[in-house]
Amino acid sequence: MSKTIKQLSVFIENREGRLNEVLGLLGKNDVNIVALSLADTEDFGMLRMIVSDPEKGREILKSAEITAKLTEVVAMQVSHASGSLAKAMEKIVDGNINIEYMYAFANGDAASVILKSDNPQKVVEILETNGFKVWEADEAYKANQ
Amino acid sequence: MTAIPKEQWKERIRDPKIECASRDEMTALQSERLVETVKRVYENVEFYRKKMDDLGVLPGDIKGIEDIGKLPFTTKEDLRDHYPFKLLAVPNERIARVQGTSGTTGKLTVVPYTQRDVDIWGECVARALTMAGLTKEDRIHICYGYGLFTGGMGLDLGVQALGAMAIPMSSGNTKRQMTCMEDFEATAFACTPSYALHLAESMVEEGVVDRLKIRAGIHGAEPWTQEMRKKIESILHINCFDIYGLCEISGPGVAMDCIHQKGLHVYEDYFYPEVLNPVTHEACADGETGELVFTTLMKEALPLLRYRTKDLTDITHGTCDCGRTLPRISKFRGRTDDMKVIRGVNVFPTQVETALLAMGTVAPHYLLIVERENNLDVLTVMVEVDEHYFSDEIRKLDELKTKVGNVLKAALGVSVRVKLVEPKTIERSEGKAKRVIDKRDLS
Ligand SMILES: [Zn+2]
Repeated sequence: MSKTIKQLSVFIENREGRLNEVLGLLGKNDVNIVALSLADTEDFGMLRMIVSDPEKGREILKSAEITAKLTEVVAMQVSHASGSLAKAMEKIVDGNINIEYMYAFANGDAASVILKSDNPQKVVEILETNGFKVWEADEAYKANQ
Repeated sequence: MTAIPKEQWKERIRDPKIECASRDEMTALQSERLVETVKRVYENVEFYRKKMDDLGVLPGDIKGIEDIGKLPFTTKEDLRDHYPFKLLAVPNERIARVQGTSGTTGKLTVVPYTQRDVDIWGECVARALTMAGLTKEDRIHICYGYGLFTGGMGLDLGVQALGAMAIPMSSGNTKRQMTCMEDFEATAFACTPSYALHLAESMVEEGVVDRLKIRAGIHGAEPWTQEMRKKIESILHINCFDIYGLCEISGPGVAMDCIHQKGLHVYEDYFYPEVLNPVTHEACADGETGELVFTTLMKEALPLLRYRTKDLTDITHGTCDCGRTLPRISKFRGRTDDMKVIRGVNVFPTQVETALLAMGTVAPHYLLIVERENNLDVLTVMVEVDEHYFSDEIRKLDELKTKVGNVLKAALGVSVRVKLVEPKTIERSEGKAKRVIDKRDLS
């Protein structure tokens, strides 16, 4: 079972209604969105999503001529104990891993964080040896359903 | 047949006295011919007499080729305005034939020739065929169209002058083309590069390639890429040559490339080429891109002074590896119509394309937008982000923006704003993308 998960990354222009179009397209085709983060710049936006079926999501967007790709990320479970995220980050930095970006999402009662790094496998290894839990792909895609 | 590698090529030169003349010899010949041409057009063509009078230039002011800059320009519109025979420099009865072109606008441009004009045209094509290694022993299959269009007729005249055998097929009917090419044992063929490729692919399908005797292809009349040339050459195992011409000046055979493919040799003893800055009209240095302008030096029926082709190229003087001293023009880089002047700098869309191509393996779709903000020209390049360029990291997309901006600034000499847009944002008309939008109101 894969411990890294596939994020659907989408390039969108900053124009009105574009985000809705992308989300609507996925919804209409029964691709559910588990987690979502939108990063904005002056002229374009970056939509990052964990969805129920990443491959299908990408195909749907591709056939609508929307630029999308799959990115390997790690979904870490964060316990409610204070400072646990900070501790995890510390261990990752100690392992000489560069975190490009991260965003949080709720999975039932548990909080989770998506981590994009230059070495996802190593991140999983570091987290697990230090007692943190990561979501397996199948669990992550089905979260909140 | 098999293509002949450059190393084993035996160069043939039809007129070494002209084609390998020293610069001084050529300048003397051109000067003598220009002086005579100017005198003749001033005396016989009202249009030029008026133009020269307006500029205050008399035939006596033109003492040699170095004075060419004093002469007026001629444009395609001038030819259309004087349709059909109002620029004729000889009495009507001396016209031996007419050829013409409908161009892209559909309006006809007609070009009259005297018998001597026709003979010189044939001589130029014969030089070109010789450059392709052909002799009187050869059988040349011509699948350019015959008619008003100069392609078929021009090649035919060249084959006659060479003393070879012409197979006047004209265009179309690919099956019959293949049958005749095989049955008549053609050793060379001439047509547009796109038709050559189509023909080559059809020959593979029919399995006739190995039965052919073809060893050379002469192609022109439309732009083609090096990739197309390589493809035709590798399918048919032949050498392909690029022939150039325009009916206003004569027809195919104004220039042709040799086996070394270092630009197209211009027959400058008949057609004097200038490459001019499209804005200032000053002569460009060798290697510098500008508009190609021709002056005919021997034409009788329709002599043209400084005819502006609107094609962008550069010129190189100096002896070629083939031994010829005829100057060489590069493959065209576009048309002056597409050029934009931005803050005094000439910008051609093709420069953008070349620069973007050099960045990676895939040429992104792009659109140039020229605007004026606070009396300053602003150039924005919209670049479509396809899967090839897309990254889920904003930092990398920002790097791409910076890189595109830097590459374009280096290539164009003006600052460029880069805007990344989604694929298919940029409108395409019939597969051909519009490359520039000028929003400046310069009126
Ligand atoms: Zn040469």
